[in-house]
Amino acid sequence: MALNRDFVGRASAPSPPYEVSRVKIKEFAAAIGDNNPVYRDREAAQAAGHPDVIAPPTFPIVFSLSGGSILADPELGLNFAMVVHGEQRFEYHRPIHAGDELVSVSTVTDIRSVGRNELITVKSDVTTVDGEPVCTTYNTIVERGGAS
Amino acid sequence: MAATVRYDEVEQGQEIPAADYQVRRANLVMYAGASGDFNPIHWNERFAKAVGLPDVIAHGMYTMAQAGRFLTDWAGDPGAVVDYGVRFSSMVVVPDDDEGATITVSGVVEEKLDDKRVLVGLTARSGDSRVLSRARAVVQLS
Repeated sequence: MALNRDFVGRASAPSPPYEVSRVKIKEFAAAIGDNNPVYRDREAAQAAGHPDVIAPPTFPIVFSLSGGSILADPELGLNFAMVVHGEQRFEYHRPIHAGDELVSVSTVTDIRSVGRNELITVKSDVTTVDGEPVCTTYNTIVERGGAS
Repeated sequence: MAATVRYDEVEQGQEIPAADYQVRRANLVMYAGASGDFNPIHWNERFAKAVGLPDVIAHGMYTMAQAGRFLTDWAGDPGAVVDYGVRFSSMVVVPDDDEGATITVSGVVEEKLDDKRVLVGLTARSGDSRVLSRARAVVQLS
């Protein structure tokens, strides 16, 4: 089903703060098979100049998927069973580290048809609870067959 | 924080040697749990086939994470990555066997930018398919 174009420009309310923990970073690093000590060992991270263990570059997907609140709106018309990931980009203003409390605001920046598919792009601005910019994520998902 | 690679020592066009990353069903289960992406196309063969896929496929983000790991292993400090983006151009099909699938990642320094930054182009393949396209990162070197 075609996605509702009225959603372009729609922004989510700020997410509840996401608390970045050492345990979650370690679990995520283990899941991607990355043994880098700066993800697990506070002293190794501090020796590299970080305040605490830092998160792998793709870690923000854990909490920025909360753009999901818009994607799950039945008025958008997205069929999750047909969804695959199209594009992903992260702009990092600084590394994420354990102890960060992060808030995301997600905005639908684009909805378009490509062939038989529908594509929707959600931008998420991620800041600390104090408003310090941390990263900006761009997530494009594909609804297979949505435009047919 | 600092990358272990020095800006003055890299040249435009320099290649970063390829590395292989194995992905088995168990990795996808772990990734689903760690990321919170429980879409059944990544762990349930019956569901994947019912929605027209050849088999269970890896999370695109799992593939992006492997290419990211390749990048940070080269740079030396994951905190040195300032921008990283990919397009998922083909699916990584993960059969239910002991081998799973292999993702081969390679890279090239495409451009030396200002402020000791470099643009790195990444290539990721699985079988005959290029699974990432327009995969690029900006890395702050020392």
